[in-house]
Amino acid sequence: MNVLETTALTRRFGKLTAVDALTVAVGPGEAFGLLGPNGAGKTTAIKMLTTLLPPTSGKAFIAGLDVNRHAPAVRRLIGYVPQMVSVDGSLTGYENLLIFAKLYDIPARERGPRLSEALKMVGLTEAADKLVRQYSGGMIRRLEIAQSTLHRPRLLFLDEPTVGLDPLARQAVWNHIERLRADYGTTILLTTHDMEEADQLCDRIAIMHLGKVVVADTPARLKASVGKPGATLGEVFIHYAGDSLESGSSYRETSRGRRTARRLG
Amino acid sequence: MRLQEEGARRGGWDSATPATRLSLTASVAGFVKKTFAIAELEVRKLRHDFTELITRAAQPALWFVLFGEVMTRARAIPTGGVAYRDFLAPGILAQSVLFVAIFYGIGIIWERDLGITNKFLVSPTPRGALVLGKALSAGVRSLSQALIVYTLALLLGVKLNWRPLALLGVLAVVVVGAALFSTFSLIIACLVKTRERFMGIGQVLTMPLFFASNAIYPLDLMPGWLRAISAVNPLTYEVDALRSLMIGDWQSSFGVGVDFAVLIVATVVLITVGARLYPRVVV
Repeated sequence: MNVLETTALTRRFGKLTAVDALTVAVGPGEAFGLLGPNGAGKTTAIKMLTTLLPPTSGKAFIAGLDVNRHAPAVRRLIGYVPQMVSVDGSLTGYENLLIFAKLYDIPARERGPRLSEALKMVGLTEAADKLVRQYSGGMIRRLEIAQSTLHRPRLLFLDEPTVGLDPLARQAVWNHIERLRADYGTTILLTTHDMEEADQLCDRIAIMHLGKVVVADTPARLKASVGKPGATLGEVFIHYAGDSLESGSSYRETSRGRRTARRLG
Repeated sequence: MRLQEEGARRGGWDSATPATRLSLTASVAGFVKKTFAIAELEVRKLRHDFTELITRAAQPALWFVLFGEVMTRARAIPTGGVAYRDFLAPGILAQSVLFVAIFYGIGIIWERDLGITNKFLVSPTPRGALVLGKALSAGVRSLSQALIVYTLALLLGVKLNWRPLALLGVLAVVVVGAALFSTFSLIIACLVKTRERFMGIGQVLTMPLFFASNAIYPLDLMPGWLRAISAVNPLTYEVDALRSLMIGDWQSSFGVGVDFAVLIVATVVLITVGARLYPRVVV
């Protein structure tokens, strides 16, 4: 069974169709990349899939459960690392994990070992009792990944997981994502603007443009599809979404994105 | 339709998949547990940073020492044989709780601008528990206001009622009052969604809530129209309850039981509305 399946999932805001009949299927253990220029509808799609936003029409299923009708059950199956900082700076790393362990009903006697394991996995054991405010951008991202996977989700959503990180921190985050896949078989859906990241992490990639999926395939086949020997994923991206230079994101999105980069960086 | 049923059944093989319908007791227990987890989060934040509590002492001190002392001498406000500073003490407590709670929504907008709200909403936490947990934490925070006002009152020689039951009653009113106005603030934050607009509205709301109440003068002094407004202002009932609990021989206008009932019903209504609006803050 597919971990994620959508059929003609659509969301309109007034006249704007942010996501237009999105139909994708992601199998167990797969890492699926959602690429596309700003304003292509990636974030809206993720909001619908994570139960934050009801679709205008169409359906989405996670592990066979209708996201719209069984939202509470779906929430137990998914993990979500938003683009923006989602841990609390005025708590310690340990406390951030502890509260989420409680919210996800991890039994009290399992909490201790689960938390130490999570901290160890993302290399934050030493920093566990420091306030997150004092963490570096890379540490914050790793803590967020630990927090979102405490309950061992079947499907993990990563919205631009390495935006604003330096190459070293970025590599560390990639390693943790790979570990999650290897150790727990976690299925991953990630959005990114980083072509190297998409190439490295994703088994399959869908390129979205103006709310629609233009093309979806493995990175290798996508590169072969543009009819240019030795094409990079960046060239693939431009080939399929190239005419959108002016259609991109709004002032608000841009300032948000830059703020995230600054906070993490 | 068939697809969904099939899907739901298939989902059952995974141990992480809960039964879609929990029993009532289990869901109530879950609700309470999550509410406390959210409140615990806020209280833990407070443990790391006390400065906020200290800066909160400034405003009640100014009202007590400047406004209170002058008006006590002026004897301009008839308070039925009670010294004005005694009459004022509960009003200042209610006011300082209100002023802190009414800007609570700023934090909600801040968390939304980050990804914190998204993260909470994606977790399997009932929306009502999120809102109630936050309201409770505002209540716990406001207990420091009671401590501050009691200390100031003691220094200024206010005659306070020290019976344990009355003190417990004061703490309960303060917690409910803070929960009420912080949830009101959360609702405004969910509607306006930006800090700038919120600050503007917060300023506009605080003064009418304060002046259209019995916080600094008795209801009897008000013209009819103002009395009518103050009768639908929850702050009036909060002050009324506090005044009869804090001061030894003060005759409550409505009865402490009625005051409590009004405050609790208003809080429950606001939390219900808040729980519906809160998920929309991220849309």
